[in-house]
Amino acid sequence: MEVMLLLIPLSVVLVLAIGALFWWSVGSGQFDDLEGPAHRIVADDDAPVNSHKPEIGALTAINPGTTGER
Amino acid sequence: MANAMAADLTARATGATFNYKVVRWFAIMTVVWGIVGMLVGVLIAAQLLWPALNFDIPWLTYGRLRPLHTNAVIFAFGGSALFASSYYCVQRTCQARLFSDGLSAFTFWGWNAVIVLAAITLPLGITSSKEYAELEWPIDILITLVWVAYAVVFFGTIARRTTPHIYVANWFFGAYILTIALLHIVNSAALPVSFLGWKSYSAYAGVQDAMVQWWYGHNAVGFLLTAGFLGMMYYFVPKQAGRPIYSYRLSVVHFWALIFTYMWAGPHHLHYTALPDWTQSIGMIFSLILLAPSWGGMINGVMTLSGAWHKLREDPILKFLIVSLSFYGMSTFEGPMMSIKTVNALSHYTDWTIGHVHSGALGWVAFISIGSMYYLLPRMFGKTEMWSIRLITVHFWIATIGVVLYIAAMWIAGVMQGLMWRATNADGTLTYAFVESVKATYPFYAIRLVGGLLFFSGMLIMAYNMVRTMRGSKPYDAPIPVGVAAHA
Repeated sequence: MEVMLLLIPLSVVLVLAIGALFWWSVGSGQFDDLEGPAHRIVADDDAPVNSHKPEIGALTAINPGTTGER
Repeated sequence: MANAMAADLTARATGATFNYKVVRWFAIMTVVWGIVGMLVGVLIAAQLLWPALNFDIPWLTYGRLRPLHTNAVIFAFGGSALFASSYYCVQRTCQARLFSDGLSAFTFWGWNAVIVLAAITLPLGITSSKEYAELEWPIDILITLVWVAYAVVFFGTIARRTTPHIYVANWFFGAYILTIALLHIVNSAALPVSFLGWKSYSAYAGVQDAMVQWWYGHNAVGFLLTAGFLGMMYYFVPKQAGRPIYSYRLSVVHFWALIFTYMWAGPHHLHYTALPDWTQSIGMIFSLILLAPSWGGMINGVMTLSGAWHKLREDPILKFLIVSLSFYGMSTFEGPMMSIKTVNALSHYTDWTIGHVHSGALGWVAFISIGSMYYLLPRMFGKTEMWSIRLITVHFWIATIGVVLYIAAMWIAGVMQGLMWRATNADGTLTYAFVESVKATYPFYAIRLVGGLLFFSGMLIMAYNMVRTMRGSKPYDAPIPVGVAAHA
């Protein structure tokens, strides 16, 4: 199974790369807040402009600027 | 607040919008290619019942149309859905326009050129004969170019993000883009021997080639059909439910666990072959390990609705998304089980495998894509909803009945075939001739065709709903909200 001499080192390199990426993401604070990001994408109002009237109070708390004009 | 309002108005005045154009194109083509791919599937399912349906034309024979079906549904339908949803998700969650309009348009035209070339070359019999990688070397080069452009656009957008955090769905999309590049390049390495004849020979020979092929084949399942669509799930399930994912912490663990453990499931496709025994065992063990992260993700997605289950009763888009997760859970239980060598001795080469693949491809991949497209399409045309919610409900039920008929028929047929092939008489001779198992399978092929037809009709309903949604409305590009970065 000579091809394993290609595939196994490839996996090792890949795991090291994934490990380095993980190290970077922990160090750079990607996982400091594990609650906020989940709420932020839901709060991002992607309904077309002028198509509805959002609840101003709920949205401005997290996402000011999007509700001003409507 | 006043500043933010002013900035917002400025942004709109200067036309700072998201690039919805390429998302819109890919979303529409998802429906178009879904119809094409599933129509070919229905045709070849009918050919198994009535072989005369190949009309004695070589281009329409089962052996040439089957790879066209798999390429069309995986790479054309699934691929377009992934392009559309990843381009949408990365822009919305990074609050930034796509890195390059030109390159993203190139990915659209390039990817569709690949699909058209596949639809021409495969019926002509031009094939490398590697499953899910049948396209010959000139097309492989085009795929590589498109994919590099895709990676540049996607990671370029992440690099210019105005939010500090990279949302978990983008990690899944990113892993899928990078891994598919690696898999495609290693597996498609070949020596071209003819320019005009589009012929090449694989860089690997014999069992080595088989190992590389299934290293590619199963990791494509893992990273395109799993990681990519999980990215879709982690964005569109919370958006449609209007609730954050059940546990963001679990989604991060899910991501790292999945990508750290995925790479070695491939050899389970080669149980009881010339592949060395130890390699087969590695494949089996890694396949079993995968159950844990898979179910972690499935539970995370479904539990997002915890405390709001009533939404499932009223919202057909949520039905699509949540049922897709239950099929994901089923397939990711079934897969590891089938990779156990003793179970595989019964299931291998039977229609059980076809049933398993379709429970994943129709139940998980197609359902999550359809649900996500129902979310995306109206937003691409300045609307909040599809033209008819009722038709989405009809689509949901037709598609669900279709999948259930399809996979139940293939399960029964598969187990029956496995039992008939292994049955021996007291004197050691085989109880059944092979053709007897084919004859016994016949009624199940009919049920499968009905299931496929139902699923296909669902796509036609979706196309009608899409056209009615688009009619009389202009393409819409949303403005990029300003002031988010300062508060994030």
